[in-house]
Amino acid sequence: MNDFFLRGPSLQSRLIIVLVVSALAIVVEARVNQVKSLRAYLTSFVSPVQYLADMPGEVLNWSAHRFSSRQRMLEENDKLTTQLTLLNGELQRLDALKFENNNLRQLLAAPVKRDMYKIVAELMSLDNNPYSHQIVIDKGGMNSVYSGQAVIDSTGIIGQILEVGTTNSRVLLITDTSHAIPVRVGRTNFMSIAVGTGDYFELQLQHVPHSADVREGDLISSSGLGNVFPKGYPVGTVKTVISDESQPFKQVLVTPSANMGRLKFLLLLWTADKKPEGAISSTELKMLQRTLNEGE
Amino acid sequence: MRANSSIIYLTILVALVLQIIPMPTGVDAYRPDWLLIILCYWGMALPNRVSVGVAAICGFILDLLYGTALGVHSIALAIPIFIVNANCQKLRNQSMIQQVIAIMLLSIVHHLCIFWVQYWVVSLEFRWSLFWPTLSTIILWPWIFWLLRKLRRQFNVA
Repeated sequence: MNDFFLRGPSLQSRLIIVLVVSALAIVVEARVNQVKSLRAYLTSFVSPVQYLADMPGEVLNWSAHRFSSRQRMLEENDKLTTQLTLLNGELQRLDALKFENNNLRQLLAAPVKRDMYKIVAELMSLDNNPYSHQIVIDKGGMNSVYSGQAVIDSTGIIGQILEVGTTNSRVLLITDTSHAIPVRVGRTNFMSIAVGTGDYFELQLQHVPHSADVREGDLISSSGLGNVFPKGYPVGTVKTVISDESQPFKQVLVTPSANMGRLKFLLLLWTADKKPEGAISSTELKMLQRTLNEGE
Repeated sequence: MRANSSIIYLTILVALVLQIIPMPTGVDAYRPDWLLIILCYWGMALPNRVSVGVAAICGFILDLLYGTALGVHSIALAIPIFIVNANCQKLRNQSMIQQVIAIMLLSIVHHLCIFWVQYWVVSLEFRWSLFWPTLSTIILWPWIFWLLRKLRRQFNVA
């Protein structure tokens, strides 16, 4: 029965050692910048656990694919083909507009907008921590993901890359309380900064004067200032505007256009000068489509 | 002897996976403190195997998985495990109701520690939803206790 006689230091001294080491780790991480790479290294060290946690979902997905009936696949195929045709139709109009816009910009001697390069990433895990809205995606340093990179999905801006591991990386969502994104109100070109509120369905515009013209239903898109998020991607729509003259500023709440609770496929954006292996731009996508069509 | 203690590390690994497994947003707020209760059981049954040090290492791994500042969860796990270790004989002889109350208090201590340390690192506001996992944790404790005791006896973990 000597199983509860501890070998080594006493329980109290162990606790004190652990508390001191933890407190030191917190302070060092907050103050010293060099440990960031160490943290990235350690993160890739524990990523097997992440993959393990991701596996049940993957297996379900795989079996759903495997066992879904032929009928349903055909239906889905039909639906996707229709959708693709419709979207291509829209794209043609956009192409013409883009061409025209670039021509006009050239006339004004303004820089022509460059294509962005994109890679599709998939969601690996979502944090259950109520204080931080972060997700982990399945692309990392091996896919030349970099810290501070913009992440979007098919509906709007999601967030930016916070930490890069070898095969996965962590994304800070725009709804996190520590995140702010420079935005522009589409209707009036009014510029502001949208700050996360810690709620998946709400952002708040900062320092909106009472004279500013912001109405419910206004579309908010990224302004491109700050050089993190490219210009013109949708951020959200204005949900409520509370104008209380006793307060210094208007309170403007925005619903993000992307549904942060239901993320699955995401897009990572690169500017032309940082093009990674395997990324494609929309012009290349079109060429690819043309060759596919010719193949048929 | 050596092979038997591997079951402890296996259950800890399972707990780590359960801590980060994706769940729907609504249910996510009620995710039980898997790691805490599994460490509590081993800290109570085998205090010479699972002590403050193991709890701290698990905490560091959890910090890496969650992306929180390194040290937050190690503090928040080491303190409850210290309490369990110090009172392991009392806890072993308590009835299930008393144990559940003890686990409830430990879970509250755990979440308060996370909140306090995070509050110190990044400013945030207090929410009562912080304690929702405590509810699912105390419901889970009797089953986990039973399961781990069965495992411990079956594999003769010492």
